[in-house]
Amino acid sequence: MLFSSIISSILRRLKFRRGVKYYFTFIGFAIVLSFVLMALLASFISPYNPVKRAGAPLESPSFKFPMGTDGLGRDILSRIIHGTRIVLRITLLSMTLSFLIGVPIGLLSGYLGGKLDSVISLFMDSLYAFPGLVLAIALAVMLGPGEISMGMSLTVVYIPTYFRMVRGEALSVKENLFVEAAKAIGAKDRTVMFKYILPNIIPSLPIILSLNAADAVLTAAALSFIGLGITAPTPDWGFDLRMGYPYLTSKIWWPSTFPGLMIVFLTLGFSLFGEGLTEILNPRLVRR
Amino acid sequence: MSLRVYVARRILLAIPMILILLTIVFLVMRVAGDPVSAILGAHAPKEQIDKMREKLGLNDPLYIQFLGYLWKVLSLDLGRSLIWGQRPVLEEIMEHFPATLELSISAFLFGVVVGILTGIFSACRYGKLIDHFFRVYGIITYAIFIPWLGISLQLIFGVYLGWLPTSGRIDPLMAPKTITGLYVLDSLLTFNIPSLVSAIRHLILPTVTLGFYLSGIFTRLTRAHMLNVLQRDYIVAARARGLSERKVVYKHALKNAFIPILTMMGLQFAALLAGAILTETTFSWPGMGTFLTERILYRDFTTVQGTIVFFAFLVVLVSLIVDIIYVYIDPRIRY
Repeated sequence: MLFSSIISSILRRLKFRRGVKYYFTFIGFAIVLSFVLMALLASFISPYNPVKRAGAPLESPSFKFPMGTDGLGRDILSRIIHGTRIVLRITLLSMTLSFLIGVPIGLLSGYLGGKLDSVISLFMDSLYAFPGLVLAIALAVMLGPGEISMGMSLTVVYIPTYFRMVRGEALSVKENLFVEAAKAIGAKDRTVMFKYILPNIIPSLPIILSLNAADAVLTAAALSFIGLGITAPTPDWGFDLRMGYPYLTSKIWWPSTFPGLMIVFLTLGFSLFGEGLTEILNPRLVRR
Repeated sequence: MSLRVYVARRILLAIPMILILLTIVFLVMRVAGDPVSAILGAHAPKEQIDKMREKLGLNDPLYIQFLGYLWKVLSLDLGRSLIWGQRPVLEEIMEHFPATLELSISAFLFGVVVGILTGIFSACRYGKLIDHFFRVYGIITYAIFIPWLGISLQLIFGVYLGWLPTSGRIDPLMAPKTITGLYVLDSLLTFNIPSLVSAIRHLILPTVTLGFYLSGIFTRLTRAHMLNVLQRDYIVAARARGLSERKVVYKHALKNAFIPILTMMGLQFAALLAGAILTETTFSWPGMGTFLTERILYRDFTTVQGTIVFFAFLVVLVSLIVDIIYVYIDPRIRY
């Protein structure tokens, strides 16, 4: 219901105005959508099995192998298509979890205030000040390789972003007259938080969500690049890029370049989308 | 509040921050996962696991472990490496730190200069094609995957054109006499021209990679604040007095747009650190990042933990320094 109101407000604005921001949003959305489709249809559209040998090792891009083959003779295009699934699953998992944890804590902390708020804020601020990648590395080392543990590591990294945003908004929204009115007619704290305050915060969340998703794609790729990702032979962009690294000096560029390009495209999609949304939903934030 | 009181208070405030960060690291490393299986692998025999648990003190109650851990860290004992001669972790970190520092400084300078210049350029041509171009540039730098950019630069300038080296800090046997550990500075101090050339040549590609990643945020920020400042009355007045556009933009506008940019410089430290880890790994740059990723692969748990604690201290220290610098620059910031 809330999301449909956001979408309709976007559509309403789209009808009347055009400008760079709408193109940003549209292009970003199109990029993300095509990656989602690629992930859903992976088994149908990938020409070869991503984990089986398809040709000679390190064949250069040709009609038969549009992106060439890697060091083990696997088709890079097929690996990229299947790799989309992993990236999107990890991003989705971590975004959902950090959203579900960060938003309620932020709401509670901002609304209730007091000592609890100071303690939680101090903790979250310290977490936020710590470089996300380093934190993710520490968690990934401890949790071991695998999709779930990667998702968990990223979750912890992004909880503070939601927390800070929601807390800040809750602090300002709770000063409004309608909140006071709700309290005056005897609404419980829970009702005030979720029925009166939360709906006023929701419109700002898609921005954080999509910008965080962009960041999560990069961090996930960085983790697997370092070797803390998914175990081989599962296709994984960051790890594939790393595996192509030793061949660079022999001018064999395709095993690294293509997976890296995909990481950049997907991140670009999410950030263009978030960027456009920021200007559409929250014009005051960026008005000059 | 006098300046001295403020600085003293700010230093005191760093203590809870350090404690919280150490607690987070402790929780992550001891509670979220099992250090023994991280060291020995999942399929180690049971006796070995028990022995290792005893050795690491994991059989003690959690609060005793935590106090012991705090005591060790605060007395600057980060333990000993689990592999290769088992040297003290801090000693090894200190060997790798200058390389990271050198890369970070040069990349930061590159990023800030490029970012501010493109931001000014963009703001002065608001709404024109070049402005849109730099806005897209700002978004692309945010979306760039550092290892990919590094690899592309290595391919173009190292492999195909052959202009620049693609890995390491300096050519073999060229390292200057160690004074500061920063090769460029050391070769300058010892008037060692061949070393200087070699060090700079090795520094270029990693600097551009990391600097490009950092520059975007400064482009966007400078653009936004310059646009804001350029509308003010004193700019109109300066123009009316017939000052050259260059003087108006650089002397009157930029100076006033500078404080928020400075704030962002402090905030970008975390990004710089994370970016340095990836840049170093891509370019085999022998700094903290390469060291960390290498030890992760060897399951050298104490070193990994020690390095992360070191990063935590760095973060607190830098935020402290930045906050103190602000007060000197802008006396209004005091709380």
